[in-house]
Amino acid sequence: MKKIVWALILIVLIWGSLFAGASPISLKQLVNGNSQQQLIFLTTRIPRTISLIIAGATLSICGLIMQHLTQNKFVSPGSAGTTDSARLGIVIVMLFFPNAPLLFRSFIAFLFAFMGTILFIYLINFLAAKNKLMIPLIGVMFGNIFGSIATFFAYQFNLIQNMTSWLQGNFSTVMKGNYELIYLTLPLLLITYLLAYQFTIVGMGEDITKNLGLNYQFIQLIGLAIVALANTLILIMVGNIPFLGIIIPNLISIHYRDYIKNTLLLTATTGSAFLLICDIIARSIIAPYEVPVSVVVGILGSLIFLSLLLRKEPL
Amino acid sequence: MIKLTDLSKKYGVKKVVSKVNLSLTTNKLTAIIGPNGAGKSTLLAMISRLVPSDTGEIFLDHQSLKTWKQNSLAKKLSLLKQASSFELKITVKELVEFGRFPYSKGHLTEVDHQKVNQALAILGLKDLVNEDISTLSGGQLQRAYIALVLAQDTDYILLDEPLNNLDMKYEVQIMKTLRYLVKELGKTIIIVIHDLNFAASYADEIIAMKNGKIFKSGLTNKIIDEKVLSKLYEIPIQIQNISGKPFCLYFN
Amino acid sequence: MKKLIRSFPLKVIALLILVIVSCILFLTYQTYGNWDFALSLRSGKLIAFVLVGIATSFATITFQTLTHNQFLTPNILGLDSLYTLVQTTIFFFFNGKQLLGSESVATFLLTIAIMVIFSVLLANFLLRKGQNNLFLLLMVGIILATLLNSITTFLQVAMNPNEFDALQTKLFASFNNINSQYFPIAAIIILILVIFLWFKSLTLDVLHLGDDQATNLGINIPSLQFSLLVVISSLIGVSTALVGPITFLGFIVANISYHFIGTYHHRQLFIGGSLIAIFLLIFGEFIVEQVFKLNTPLSSVIEFTGGIYFIGKVIYERKNG
Repeated sequence: MKKIVWALILIVLIWGSLFAGASPISLKQLVNGNSQQQLIFLTTRIPRTISLIIAGATLSICGLIMQHLTQNKFVSPGSAGTTDSARLGIVIVMLFFPNAPLLFRSFIAFLFAFMGTILFIYLINFLAAKNKLMIPLIGVMFGNIFGSIATFFAYQFNLIQNMTSWLQGNFSTVMKGNYELIYLTLPLLLITYLLAYQFTIVGMGEDITKNLGLNYQFIQLIGLAIVALANTLILIMVGNIPFLGIIIPNLISIHYRDYIKNTLLLTATTGSAFLLICDIIARSIIAPYEVPVSVVVGILGSLIFLSLLLRKEPL
Repeated sequence: MIKLTDLSKKYGVKKVVSKVNLSLTTNKLTAIIGPNGAGKSTLLAMISRLVPSDTGEIFLDHQSLKTWKQNSLAKKLSLLKQASSFELKITVKELVEFGRFPYSKGHLTEVDHQKVNQALAILGLKDLVNEDISTLSGGQLQRAYIALVLAQDTDYILLDEPLNNLDMKYEVQIMKTLRYLVKELGKTIIIVIHDLNFAASYADEIIAMKNGKIFKSGLTNKIIDEKVLSKLYEIPIQIQNISGKPFCLYFN
Repeated sequence: MKKLIRSFPLKVIALLILVIVSCILFLTYQTYGNWDFALSLRSGKLIAFVLVGIATSFATITFQTLTHNQFLTPNILGLDSLYTLVQTTIFFFFNGKQLLGSESVATFLLTIAIMVIFSVLLANFLLRKGQNNLFLLLMVGIILATLLNSITTFLQVAMNPNEFDALQTKLFASFNNINSQYFPIAAIIILILVIFLWFKSLTLDVLHLGDDQATNLGINIPSLQFSLLVVISSLIGVSTALVGPITFLGFIVANISYHFIGTYHHRQLFIGGSLIAIFLLIFGEFIVEQVFKLNTPLSSVIEFTGGIYFIGKVIYERKNG
């Protein structure tokens, strides 16, 4: 019963996302063969809604995996150097290989994201006591270092405006022909599903994992690679979307505990639904103009995050 | 004098101290004993205002603790908590000088220096005055802290397990020092202690706590009693007299 | 103690010499004979560096003592983002062009007042809610930064884009865009706050012993925390308004002073820290802009160095303790 209601909500949201926007589109006209409306629908609306669904799901899952791999509820790609190092990679690519194909650019950005995340994990593992305070602090510091390197290059080569545009998560530019790379995250989500059990075990700590005969480092590495790759793809395709990777898994884990296999689908769809809602708000609040969706997620997400943090029963 | 009325404290849903009524006699060494989790440390922390009480009142010299000015209180009553270690590069003397803060606010006068030197002498720290406190052993650090409290020159001194980290020599030395402070300087000392034999030998009065309540209190020889102690700790405890001193046996 | 007294003046003299030498270098290097112009341009920056250096080191050292954590900087409370938001809001609701004229000192004061009020509310809330929970303070700061940035972006998007572009450079301070008309008022505010901290410094020394021990010695911790947070956020507010946000400057300066001055006495740390900060800013600007002629703002060089220093400190502390 619950599942049916949830599916209905999702369908309504997808419907809303498909039919909200600057130029009005009606189902009737589409069916009747209004070619202009069909064109808009096929080239912008459908790609946009699909990338929203995929991005929301991917970011939530990435956050979930990161939280298990680091045994910390407040880690997500955005706060663990993944996004920042990917951004640095993008600047480097723009600088040295300005005409490189998208796939190559993504690959370089992925390499940076992967290395940056591993460095972050290494640093927090290095703090043996797992000082709770230090993890977000190191995250901030990472952002500063990579941000300043990126700014350095950007200033030297007058790329500052290009770089700033990467910072904003925005779906308004998603169009048929330039968004298909986002489908690459789907096989990654599948791998995550297959490895869900292993990730749950890793989430219980190194000792237990080893005791159960699993290779802790190896699974951690696979997890980080998946997160880095998926996150880079989202960053390149739509930009940075704050806090999604933290709030969605935490909201789910409050009600459904931490057994990944059970919560994976729910986490993914909740992420999609949340992003769809935010995007609809972003499109309608100052219509006919658009606010970048990252702004809406930033405001709503911060408020949800704050209330999670200040709950009576802390996370 | 210190008087507690209906004092209670909860952490979450757990009652740590519940409805304690108590009068503490001045110019005496009072020991608080009891099993782990009896609420001894919390009681001490409430008396020194580090932890606010949920209900009840504390009276210090007939005046409610709430109406005492913080700085006046610091000249009247001091507390040494268990295990206060920190990373700070200061010498033993500088640490003890902090004890004069309520009086001098950091500008030490001749009187302040005298009090500091006196405290250092009583605790046998004269040779260590210029040592960095990070280089001290556990026992030396403990003595330095007691010297700080002593330099604070308060009528009431509360000590939470001051014998932690000390070897037998210093355990005895500290207890003798405390006796000296009570007898010669007229201090009132309240001490949380786990070693029954030290309580039996040095305390004037004993308060036994259990489950957040006063289990029994009174003169030392009334509490150091086989029946009382066995019931308090829920293990059989025998008391033997060895050279005129009561001695608690609880190893089997 | 004796060793400290003997060596502290020497250290201060050494730092003073460094500051003076870097000042001379900064003011005279490659002026191309155009003395008056270079001097007037550069002395403006110099004044800003002195003010920012003092404000940052006093604020950060106090903040780190207050929180008993040498990794934190007060900027983490979200003050940078708040500054940008306040500026944007003022511009959004009142026509920015008017305010940028003769009334800009009023804007400056208004900005600082709003920042202080915000910090008071935040401090009040956190102290009541968290009871010294540093983790909560840090997380709330980070989240608030994102929240405030998002609101700022929203207002900027909703604004007339042409108007915004035209005024953006004027509104947002940076090392390359120093608002020299704020100097007198900023100097007065900083002076008052610094004097306040100077008088509180002996109490701050006691705070090193831990909050419980300080309470035991008669210090009213909640009210002290409250007043110090207000002072700290005002100092950071003034500094941000002058040259824009520099998160890690305070972190570097405070930690170098702990090492170099090697004492717990706040008065000595304050003096040493201020001189170190001024030196780093002037010398940094000299190296970055005049010698290497880099196009990069000094603040991003500071962020980078600060980040590296931070990692270094994490590793060092781990190995030695």
